[in-house]
Amino acid sequence: MEAAHAHDDGHDHVPSGLMRYVTTTNHKDIGSMYLWFSFAMFLVGGVMALTIRAELFQPGLQLVRPEFFNTMTTLHGLIMVFGAIMPAFVGFANWQIPMMIGAPDMAFPRMNNWSFWLLPPAASLLVLSLFVPGGGPGAGWTLYAPLTVQQGMGMDLTIFAIHILGMSSIMGSINIVTTILNMRAPGMTLMKMPLFVWTWLITAYLLIAVMPVLAGAVTMTLTDRHFGTNFFNAAGGGDPVMFQHIFWFFGHPEVYIIAIPAFGVVSQILPAFSRKPLFGYASMVYATASIAILSFLVWAHHMYTVGMPVEAQLYYMFATMLIAVPTGVKVFNWVATMWKGSMTFETPMLFAIGFLFLFTLGGFTGLVLAVVPVDVQLHDTYYVVAHFHYVMVAGALYAAFGGVYFWLPKWIGKMYDERLGKIHFWLSIIFFNIAFFPQHFLGLAGMPRRIPDYSLQFADFNMVSTIGAFGFGMAQIFFLYILLKAIRSGEPAPAKPWDGADTLEWTHLPSPAPYHSFEDPPQIR
Amino acid sequence: MKVPYISKILATCLLLAVPCLSMAAWNINFQPGNTLLADDIQQLHLIVMIVCVVIFVGVFGFMFYAIFKHRKSVGHKASNFHENTTVEIIWTVIPFFILAGLAWPATETLLAMRDTSSPDMTIKATGYQWMWGYEYLDEGIQFYSALSTPQGQIDGTEPKTENYLLEVDNPVVVPVGKRIRVLTTASDVLHAWYVPALAVKQDAVPGFIRDTWFKAEETGVFRGQCAELCGKQHGFMPIVVHVVSQEDYDAWVAEQKQKISGKELGAPIKLVADSQ
Amino acid sequence: MSQDVKVTNRIMLRKLAVMSVLMFGFGYLLVPLYEKICDVTGINQIVKADEIGNTQVDDSRTIIVEFDSNSRGEHWYLKAIDSKKTVHPGELVEVIYELHNPSEKSVVGQAIPSYGPAYASQYIKKIDCFCFKQQEILAGQTQRLPVMFVIDSSVPDDVHTITLSFTMFEVEGAIVDEKES
Repeated sequence: MEAAHAHDDGHDHVPSGLMRYVTTTNHKDIGSMYLWFSFAMFLVGGVMALTIRAELFQPGLQLVRPEFFNTMTTLHGLIMVFGAIMPAFVGFANWQIPMMIGAPDMAFPRMNNWSFWLLPPAASLLVLSLFVPGGGPGAGWTLYAPLTVQQGMGMDLTIFAIHILGMSSIMGSINIVTTILNMRAPGMTLMKMPLFVWTWLITAYLLIAVMPVLAGAVTMTLTDRHFGTNFFNAAGGGDPVMFQHIFWFFGHPEVYIIAIPAFGVVSQILPAFSRKPLFGYASMVYATASIAILSFLVWAHHMYTVGMPVEAQLYYMFATMLIAVPTGVKVFNWVATMWKGSMTFETPMLFAIGFLFLFTLGGFTGLVLAVVPVDVQLHDTYYVVAHFHYVMVAGALYAAFGGVYFWLPKWIGKMYDERLGKIHFWLSIIFFNIAFFPQHFLGLAGMPRRIPDYSLQFADFNMVSTIGAFGFGMAQIFFLYILLKAIRSGEPAPAKPWDGADTLEWTHLPSPAPYHSFEDPPQIR
Repeated sequence: MKVPYISKILATCLLLAVPCLSMAAWNINFQPGNTLLADDIQQLHLIVMIVCVVIFVGVFGFMFYAIFKHRKSVGHKASNFHENTTVEIIWTVIPFFILAGLAWPATETLLAMRDTSSPDMTIKATGYQWMWGYEYLDEGIQFYSALSTPQGQIDGTEPKTENYLLEVDNPVVVPVGKRIRVLTTASDVLHAWYVPALAVKQDAVPGFIRDTWFKAEETGVFRGQCAELCGKQHGFMPIVVHVVSQEDYDAWVAEQKQKISGKELGAPIKLVADSQ
Repeated sequence: MSQDVKVTNRIMLRKLAVMSVLMFGFGYLLVPLYEKICDVTGINQIVKADEIGNTQVDDSRTIIVEFDSNSRGEHWYLKAIDSKKTVHPGELVEVIYELHNPSEKSVVGQAIPSYGPAYASQYIKKIDCFCFKQQEILAGQTQRLPVMFVIDSSVPDDVHTITLSFTMFEVEGAIVDEKES
């Protein structure tokens, strides 16, 4: 650390204790806070998921009332999407982007602090909504009108929470875009950036484009609820289906907001452990960009059963199937990266392979669901639930686990316990499949989603699924133990613990990365 | 002290599990269809699945081959290639053709599915919180159809019977082999009319009507559920369709007309505001 | 961070902030846009009289038009006098709906039309309809509400049945017209 170096935003003295984190403008502190926050939210959302699964263990109502069940499904979805997965990847972005492009910090350090500290109040509002008169929001995370109009005060809190989360995401994205475009070290051209940085650049643009649309949609819901507007009320000339159009105009890009940074993480891990450069770097960039663009054009494939004109259904079916092309290109590139490598299978690599395998499976069920006549049978059944958990959990979450194991040595300067990490991987992948694979069968047989009780024909697979879900939950407590063990008593990590890692944070910085890094930009060959 | 308690729990679990296990098959596919369209859809699903499985096995065959052969522990040295334009073009273009091949039958089935012209009769299904209302537009018959499973079975104080949660007081009755058009609408929030064996799922939107159709091939009882979250009793508003012969249907219509002849036709039936 | 970078960063910030504000506006723009698309494709034409292009009556074929109705609220009951009619494309059709208010309260309502199949709305040309304006109905009264329409002769040959449906909503507290026809 060169203390003598003059700069505006860095602080050379670090306040101790809690104030350090409240006032920090350091990208590493903020990145850590994002990651811990998202892990806490992951556990909260996980408890909700287990409440759902416990109720569904057997037919009949045993544990919760149906209205509370609906609240659980709603908050589980909102908390996992907005509280766990998105902040986790923003945490990765904060830690990694400045180090990977050779920048001293994010472009707007104070705004960075602000965008993190918006999250805890928003999450509190979501959790608080459970305890207000009328109960929490029970309209599903998709918040379809006009059910939202019937809900109690919990819905208003949820809407405010979404506003705040949206603001946080937009500020975070502005920061990321500006950092990537303006703060790269000399010689770091766009096409030399690590793929993780590319994926975040694209994701940040998506966020800036669609989070405001979601804010608009929930604002319309709010005014419909309280101020007599009729956006979604047929009696006043509105249309409930319009909410779905606006929501999914946000909602489909949102799927890729979650998935694309995961692609980025995996694209760093696979080459590092294959000891071979990423195959088809340029085509990866183009494929990611085309996925992002296509994601704006396919939103109504979530709405095949609302009664759209058949021409619209045909268009959305073709456009959706088209997304399989760039997604396929990415999968082929990853496999080609591994091909003729010299692979080792440390925990990050295992999670990356788990991601590749199960995300592709989720992609294939997505293709099945893109076909309108088949989707009409499967829409709003457990098949859809299985599909998006393969994409979100086995996709995004596994990439995040892989990323944590991959960069942990750089972040804390200590190694995790490799043996425990592998156990965590195997527990996660086995219990995940026990939990979610049977849900495909439930959906095919016609079990609707979001029901607290079901007929006897669905009993067996639900029981299996619940057992798997609890096992998966336990495995994540074990993950927490692995993290704490690494932080307390991990072996010291070398500057570059992974043979094949070749980005700046490994080649130019010691482990742990110093509090202020790259105050003098590195030279890029 | 502790052991008997645990064994008691285990025994209870087993006792509860036995009826469930004996009743439910480990069904891993669609319910058997009862319309030509349902058969088409299952066929289409099968085609898509076969294509997916073939690609999946191919791609991951490569991956697992690499995992076993190209690993450091067996002494494999890494090559350094990172581009191959020919290969990249091939694996961008080929999926296009595969997808076009899938889109073709999908389009055919979709067009058949959405063709609601020339029906033999029309039934309107109205979603209420939380039951269905039916109106036979041609006959002037209308009635409500609510869950008939006793609350005791749901709360676990009575044993669950075979059609737990899939039984109603007044089922829909339709003749076999006729094109039945179903108009859906809703009174309060979104609902969806979903009967898997008839390959019908159509959202019911308050203020608007939507239409769909089915033509049952065989007589029987077909059960479905509301498929769009509609509030607390969303899981408790099933749909039951009795497909009967034309004679039985005519007899049923006559009986229904008998029932309503006393009343003024079209007078509002008082709706039970909250069923549960 | 050098001064240059700070300036370019601020410019970037401003651009991106404007972009997000614009996208918020775009969310709202989707509302009229959606209505416009529905207008153009004729999905939900609610309260406008249609112009009739072709008045040629096509005697060669017939179409069954079903008249459906839904009443929201407990105060009234809406029902077509004839549940269906067989008509020729191009023919002028008049049907009467009866709105009955058995309650002891006068109410104002607005009917929203809807069509099955949805694309049929392009071909049903309403010349006059009670859905063009709000209807006030006194307690205990029964009103006869007319609809006049023509089915456009350009209707595809395979359309044999069309449903015209009205849903009567209560307009709370309002007596005046909000929508102009």
